[in-house]
Amino acid sequence: MYRILLREDLVPNIHLFKIEAPAVAKKAQPGQFVMIRIDDKGERIPVTVADWDRAEGSVTVVFMEVGTTTRRLATLKTGDSVLDFVGPLGLPTHIDSYGTVIMVAGGFAVAVVMPIARAMKEKGNRVISILGARSKNLLFWENELRKVSDELIITTDDGTYGRKGLVTEPLKEILETRKSEIGRVIAIGPSIMMKFSALTTKPFGVKTIVSLNPIMVDGTGMCGCCRVSVGGVTRFACVDGPDFDGHQVDWDLLFARQKTYLDEEKKSLELWQQQSHPCQTRS
Amino acid sequence: MPKLNLNRVEMSRQEPQVRAKNFEEVALGYDFDQAAEEAKRCIQCAKRPCVAGCPVAVDIPEFIIALRDGKMQDAVRILKGKNALPGICGRVCPQETQCEVVCTLAKKKGQVAIGRLERYVADWERLNLSGGEPVKPAPPTGKKVAIVGSGPAGLTAAADLAKYGHDVTIFEALHVAGGVLMYGIPEFRLPKAIVQNEVNFVKSLGVKIELDSVVGRIITIDELLADGFQAVFLGTGAGLPTFLGIPGENLNGIYSANEFLTRVNLMKAYKFPEYDTPVKLGKKVAVFGGGNVAMDSARCALRLGADVVYILYRRSDAELPARREEVENAKEEGVQFKLLTAPKRFIGNEKNQVTGVECFEMELGEPDESGRRRPIVKPGSEFTIEIDVAIVAIGTSPNPLIAQTTKGLETSKHGTVVVKDEAVGRTVKDKVWAGGDIVTGAATVISAMGAGKNAAADIDKFLRS
Repeated sequence: MYRILLREDLVPNIHLFKIEAPAVAKKAQPGQFVMIRIDDKGERIPVTVADWDRAEGSVTVVFMEVGTTTRRLATLKTGDSVLDFVGPLGLPTHIDSYGTVIMVAGGFAVAVVMPIARAMKEKGNRVISILGARSKNLLFWENELRKVSDELIITTDDGTYGRKGLVTEPLKEILETRKSEIGRVIAIGPSIMMKFSALTTKPFGVKTIVSLNPIMVDGTGMCGCCRVSVGGVTRFACVDGPDFDGHQVDWDLLFARQKTYLDEEKKSLELWQQQSHPCQTRS
Repeated sequence: MPKLNLNRVEMSRQEPQVRAKNFEEVALGYDFDQAAEEAKRCIQCAKRPCVAGCPVAVDIPEFIIALRDGKMQDAVRILKGKNALPGICGRVCPQETQCEVVCTLAKKKGQVAIGRLERYVADWERLNLSGGEPVKPAPPTGKKVAIVGSGPAGLTAAADLAKYGHDVTIFEALHVAGGVLMYGIPEFRLPKAIVQNEVNFVKSLGVKIELDSVVGRIITIDELLADGFQAVFLGTGAGLPTFLGIPGENLNGIYSANEFLTRVNLMKAYKFPEYDTPVKLGKKVAVFGGGNVAMDSARCALRLGADVVYILYRRSDAELPARREEVENAKEEGVQFKLLTAPKRFIGNEKNQVTGVECFEMELGEPDESGRRRPIVKPGSEFTIEIDVAIVAIGTSPNPLIAQTTKGLETSKHGTVVVKDEAVGRTVKDKVWAGGDIVTGAATVISAMGAGKNAAADIDKFLRS
């Protein structure tokens, strides 16, 4: 059992857990993930690490309520436990001296981008961060990200905060005006955002790393559920990734495979809603 | 001299039409009278070829005589003296090619059903002795041994090392101990409660099991050695799935057998949505491969409600590598065998869902290096089978994580760990042993147990020198 030392609600439907897992904390690096299983009947889901405290022996994860498992996870409170917390898994993000690095964070992925941006900064890079969300009320960690960034640009789809528009717009502008400075782009967020970030940078020829999030079962290279096609070669995101060259990723395959269990997810969610809110189910 | 009785006592099984729709155990085991009757057939010959045929050298005639005489606790003690996992072995060992094939009565086709007797003794213990037969380990040596992986090799090595008096910790990557016994072999062939019962027996010897611990990530082999472990045994198996490498293999609905079986067995997808992990319930399922894993996959797909399940195998019936018993079970349950058939490409729709597989007809040529006749494509023989789920069961190789993260370990081109002394599993790295599928590539439960046992004896010798 792994105890939740702290639960924090960051914005509606996005939550932070600081989890007691000293051995994982000791080894965690930016870009790696953990597999979480809530209880005996639960599925194993991958969640990328947001932070860790080696002295305290804790690992912080941030997750959004999407399906049954994340909604069930969101019912847990400080002091509760999850049954399994396996990690750190996957290859860490490659940190090097690139000159200037653009970090693109979409939605709750700011949590995943944070440790990478920090490591890039510590390595001596100039860090330009672009943080995007649908609306102001879904933005969090603006100040935290600002601390590890030399420049921070915020966008919202509806214009309620920062620039109105998508993250790809400032990304394109920076590349148009300062391409020679930019050694690397790291774009993490919803798959569609990563795809369009990669499409944006491709004409400029700036290497763009994305963190893929296919469905996983074990997370250790055993099953191949998470296979993705990169540069025409099948790779397992859990052990060969999750970071890949965004210009080489077969995005349509990723989107299609992510939808494999839509029917089952719906069925599972209906059952969960019936069980958790029986009074609201219609007869 | 009494007349030889060559009639093996049959073991009852669920009827094929019934069992093809449930995940309950297929074989139902002997009752005491049946077991005693079968035990009486053993002639207690002086040569004891069965013991030599057993990779862990169980004292087979002795446990059979104890069983025959109704001295069940003695039978348990004798059996478990050599084999920590008898309930598992009694179910999944290929006795027909090991202890039973060399039985003196086999010359007259009446070999003693040793596997069924082993199973009976193990089940008797589980049902009649709470907490199992106590085993007294040797006095503590104060030496620490780390075992990586809790499958058959790791559990066996751990049990023996604990009996020798060492302080043993198993590191297991998954959330439950048992390895392939839990994620791979289905409930209807090996009930998970029996695996956990035998894992508990290993724990009762003082073995500690650290779950959720992916060695290579959370801790490395060199860190284990620096942390006070004086020896390490690698029993991580062959967990990396092989795919066919043909076009369309990343379509939705195409599984490695590892993924399909892990979802069904380990994550209990057959109880979805009560359990959260789903699996695609195919109506027309094709399984590629002819080994035990292919049979397990096909039989799981049937039980999940498929209308038709095919086994596609590129050689003929005679070359099927699966146990004959499993092939017969699958056939009885309605699995259709499309032999001399090899896939060319998968066909999918606009949603990336697999809808069919185009295949070649094959014929057999001259024997290849494996000794089996080489399958050759018949030109122009392409035909298409409609499917909505495909399961690829053509083999596995070792997960590269340990080799990648351990300095000084040597691996073959197949990814297996090289041992300099095969009999005892010593690797080229100091203080590190390996055994089971990680050394041999995918093989059997009992051969992995044999490797674990031999390595444990050598580790003990090393720790005492």
